[in-house]
Amino acid sequence: MPRVVVNVMPKPEILDPQGKAVTGALQRLGFHGMSVRQGKRFEIEVDGEVTPEVLEQIGQAAEKLLANTVIESFDVVAD
Amino acid sequence: MTRIGVVTFPGSLDDHDALRAVRLAGAEAVPLWHGSDSIEGVDAIILPGGFSYGDYLRCGAISRFSPVMDTVIDAANKGMPVLGICNGFQILCEAHLLEGAMIRNANQQFICRNERLRVETIDTTWTCAFAKGEEITIVLKNGEGNYQASAETLRKLEDNDQVVFRYLDNPNGSANDIAGITNERGNVVGLMPHPEHNMEELTSPTTDGRRFFESVLNFLVARA
Repeated sequence: MPRVVVNVMPKPEILDPQGKAVTGALQRLGFHGMSVRQGKRFEIEVDGEVTPEVLEQIGQAAEKLLANTVIESFDVVAD
Repeated sequence: MTRIGVVTFPGSLDDHDALRAVRLAGAEAVPLWHGSDSIEGVDAIILPGGFSYGDYLRCGAISRFSPVMDTVIDAANKGMPVLGICNGFQILCEAHLLEGAMIRNANQQFICRNERLRVETIDTTWTCAFAKGEEITIVLKNGEGNYQASAETLRKLEDNDQVVFRYLDNPNGSANDIAGITNERGNVVGLMPHPEHNMEELTSPTTDGRRFFESVLNFLVARA
């Protein structure tokens, strides 16, 4: 089935406590010089072809539910 | 008798404490159900604390689209007093009845403690029985209570006197030490601490929670 991916990330200006904790853990494990920000990935399987209309619809779904645009940004990509 | 509804969502935790607090305050407590679009003709609504829908996706994000919320949003826009406590505050933000959003506590820890707050405005339906600048203690318990909003929104909230409660000792990284806010009209209030747990001397160090309920009852009586 054709798949569309929505990536949701905390906005750059918003503190990311999870990413910060992961960054700290990586440093303790010896992975230096890495800074992590943690987001979410949604894989959406769609019936039929991935048309511009389908992408538009998924964009609306992301705006309405998958992301909270007060604190997060998102992008929609055909997989 | 004034009727105050408390909505139960799947995963609500403090709905029964909120119903009990309403009764202790001398009003009729009306249980409301997330799956019904009826609010049973109540005079005010409380969205209680808990972990609705397991906090999946984002806290409050799924509850915000439950059938009862369309009616709650409609009633709030017509001026009905609505109080969101903890998860209820998160739901109000997701529903855009209040501005901003909550993220994980800055120190990554779940915090459960008595929290000192300053009442910054009494010009709301849920704080009119307080004194401006009064310092109160209300229990706080959450993992995602770190209030964030854009610089522009924060400025607007400050300029319009919409910051209702501020932490005296910010526990979670909230912007501008914000513990609770209101909408422009002052009928919708959300806060992370739990006034419904500060109702009786036996189980809480203060009974400062009672004043939230006194406030809304005073408001409703004065309006009637």
